[in-house]
Amino acid sequence: MKRQFALLGSMGRGGALTKIHELVREMPVSRVMTASVFTLPPDATMQQLKELLREHRISGLPVVEDQALVGIVSIEDLIHALEVQRLDAPIREFMTSSNLVTAHAQESVMEALRRFEKTGIGRMPVLNARHELVGMVTRGDITLALLDALQELYTEAEAYQARPQRFFDALESESTSLQLRYRVEKGDFARGGDASAKIKRALLQIGASPQLARRVAIATYEAEVNLIIHTHNGGMILADIQPNEITIVAQDSGPGIADVGLARQPGWSTATPEVREMGFGAGMGLTNIERCTDKLSIWSAVGVGTRVLMTFSVSPQEIGEQDAG
Amino acid sequence: MTLDEILEAADAEVLVELPFTVDFESACASDLMSDVLLFTKPNMLLVTGLTNPQAIRTADMAEAPAVMFVRGKYPPAETLSLAEEMGIGVLLCRYTMFEAAGLLYAAGLKGLGQLPIIRQ
Repeated sequence: MKRQFALLGSMGRGGALTKIHELVREMPVSRVMTASVFTLPPDATMQQLKELLREHRISGLPVVEDQALVGIVSIEDLIHALEVQRLDAPIREFMTSSNLVTAHAQESVMEALRRFEKTGIGRMPVLNARHELVGMVTRGDITLALLDALQELYTEAEAYQARPQRFFDALESESTSLQLRYRVEKGDFARGGDASAKIKRALLQIGASPQLARRVAIATYEAEVNLIIHTHNGGMILADIQPNEITIVAQDSGPGIADVGLARQPGWSTATPEVREMGFGAGMGLTNIERCTDKLSIWSAVGVGTRVLMTFSVSPQEIGEQDAG
Repeated sequence: MTLDEILEAADAEVLVELPFTVDFESACASDLMSDVLLFTKPNMLLVTGLTNPQAIRTADMAEAPAVMFVRGKYPPAETLSLAEEMGIGVLLCRYTMFEAAGLLYAAGLKGLGQLPIIRQ
């Protein structure tokens, strides 16, 4: 436990309390609520309520009509009905229907906690933007979710400590480089972007700044999509990551580009209508790659294949820039 | 702009919850994923009619916290599961892209302003 607090302390200037405060402020109610809740219509009888409460060991539930919340009925209302021997009466006669205290799916748990505090109630129905019931939230739900999130933070903080603070800091050699290889299948739109996403994660893991990881990922993604769209047999993506330079090569074995100069012009494309329907093939891919890379060279021969070489310089501002606080 | 304000402005619903509360600063409405990647900005809402998983991939690359699908196009299951896996929010709106963009803009969400001319 002591160690965990030490880790929390290292996570930010204010330590654990700041983190809890942030979580409470940022976490939406939708993330902590119970989404599948039992409901009854107002015309159901108190007898039906009694059975539902007993069967599922719950102490109350929202009353819903046409997806709209019309009331709350609890075990206390049931006792009241028992006292006057009216178990056959509809719920609408015993439920609380005015001044209902509700939570909003998108508001922060901080606001929900404030409302619990102010009203002293134990549970709130959660409504979406259309005022439809989407769940229930209790104080306990919030506490449990916060504990879960803190647990995640401990784990992250531990991983963070094990992680290099600066790009490649953990590795030392005369010439350090990390090589990653991915096969990209032709027409495999479902997995398209997988290689790029993995390269992005790898870069972040070894300490690259989010900005560097993003421009490498965007350029690689466009090249990956080109392999999926334009090649005969797919191709390979090879990443060579060095402390001051990242090189990504996308290569294939055909058909090759007849006029590379033309292909580099914005808006020029040979993509089929099917590819355009997938959201690509508007001729902006290479323009995008050019914008993200520091150096781009394209070699191609018709009938042989294409090799796109993208170079990214790692500037001092882009290394180990993530907040180490 | 908060998610709630967006939902209200475009009368949209949430299909995949956002893992965290986001203050959206701008939106980009396009069916061309390369255009989205070209114009990416932090805390940007991606508005699109393209419901295949590439929309989610693009949002991930562009670091857009959420995607809003327009004209009532309910995305296929693989798009929703990828969004959950990647922690990207998914919203569904029944207006056309033009109307959805207009409603969001009128509600105060910013665009990218004028961009440099790219000759083709």
